[in-house]
Amino acid sequence: MSEMKYQSPVVNPETKPFWDATAEGKFLLKKCNDCGEFHYYPRALCPFCFSDKTEWVESKGTGTVYTHSTMRRAPVPFCLAYVTLDEGPTMMTHIVDCDLEQVAIGKPVKLVLKETDGDAKLPCFTLA
Amino acid sequence: MSIKGKAFIAGVFEHPGRELPDKSLAQIHAELAKGALEDAGLTKDDVDAYFCAGDVPGLGAISIADYMGLQLSYTDTTETGGSSYICHIGHAAAAIAAGKCKVALVTLAGKPRSEKMKVGTGSRAMGGTDAPEIGFEAPFWPSTANMYGMAAMRHMHEYGTTSEQLAWIKVAASQHAQYNEHALLRNVVTVEDVVNSPMISDPLHRLDCCVITDGGGAMVIVSPEIAKDLKRHSVKVLGHGESPKHVGGGRVDLTYTGAVWSGPRAFEEAGVKHADIDYASIYDSFTITVLETLEDLGFCEKGQGGKFVSDGNLISGVGKLPFNTDGGGLCNNHPANRGGITKVIEAVRQLRGEAHPKVQVPNCEIALAHGTGGSIGTRMGSATVILGRE
Ligand SMILES: [Zn+2]
Repeated sequence: MSEMKYQSPVVNPETKPFWDATAEGKFLLKKCNDCGEFHYYPRALCPFCFSDKTEWVESKGTGTVYTHSTMRRAPVPFCLAYVTLDEGPTMMTHIVDCDLEQVAIGKPVKLVLKETDGDAKLPCFTLA
Repeated sequence: MSIKGKAFIAGVFEHPGRELPDKSLAQIHAELAKGALEDAGLTKDDVDAYFCAGDVPGLGAISIADYMGLQLSYTDTTETGGSSYICHIGHAAAAIAAGKCKVALVTLAGKPRSEKMKVGTGSRAMGGTDAPEIGFEAPFWPSTANMYGMAAMRHMHEYGTTSEQLAWIKVAASQHAQYNEHALLRNVVTVEDVVNSPMISDPLHRLDCCVITDGGGAMVIVSPEIAKDLKRHSVKVLGHGESPKHVGGGRVDLTYTGAVWSGPRAFEEAGVKHADIDYASIYDSFTITVLETLEDLGFCEKGQGGKFVSDGNLISGVGKLPFNTDGGGLCNNHPANRGGITKVIEAVRQLRGEAHPKVQVPNCEIALAHGTGGSIGTRMGSATVILGRE
């Protein structure tokens, strides 16, 4: 079976630190220094309290499957999922490098940074 | 202040075509406008307001207004995907109530079928490269069926909803579509047919997905003074509600839709209860869209949607809540990948007593139409309107 080929993400000045970090093997989250909450996708302004005192924090890269759906009609079937990170936020991702028939809601997963056709890597997850 | 009784839907028109490769997009908008104005007994020169959404070519409302030769005092290009046109009814009623206009035209048109668009299975990251979420979603190739599949999967997990229950929604739509000569799919299907159709994106099968069609629809919304002088029977706008829902900075819950907010607002404004609704048009991009929406509108308790839709409960003449008697997006028409306007058109037919006799709800006095736009799996528009026979 051929591998999924990922395209590099659209990067803007606000999200550049995130994508630069992935190239170095790090997966960053944004945390608000006023309300203390993590959010996703990362923003300069906290979507909960609108504070601009948000900072980058490296994620533990662990979580559980919130939901998933394997697209059977793609050239290479893939598993789109939402993963709830141990830090709190739920994020869109792919479950990769495992038997997709074994993916289930609630199962623990861990981070896998997948190569793209650019420098940035994509935060995906595999069954832990 | 309320819009209740301040505006009437005087004319509607659904394009009879489902594949229109030989027409331009602007041409389809104009043919629809002509059809709805003729239905109302009005002319192009009566129109003083034009409402449209992201399906129009050119600069907002202006390019199509130019093409059709409209002289306007009011325009609105509210874009909330498939729910846009139900938002437009509320906005047009408010504008009419405020004296900004008297005759509002709404059009929706598109050609995804003749353009061979892979609507359900191609990536549908929306909003262009400046959309703030684009980098965090588009690389994952989130197709529409994929995202609605994730919602269905979670709903099944939390509430025990089954594929067979979802299938009943398609079964009901197909029972209705057999009588609609314009419907793209007129074959009656069974629960077994649905669950045995090919898996598209778990747990949604091919027959859980709506059709891809060209064409569209148009409506004419008028002031009470104008409605009273028309020969055709107009339908009264009783209430409207709209609300977007999004993924909340990572606080994701795919088991409900924006209907939890738009529905109560519409019911409150209309001053009616669920038991008063004789007919409901529910946006049906996928079977799961209908199931979650029915729960969120309050037709049953949260989580009980599977039970509610089963055993033909949505079939006209059989169940308690006749829905989508034109065959809906699942069988009849989902023009421009946006079904909002066709939801209103069938509700108007029901209230006028002009639905197909086999599916006409006897003595239909109050109808609800609900639109969903964008993606139930990420960010979506929701709009609800309640209409009365007068
Ligand atoms: Zn905050």
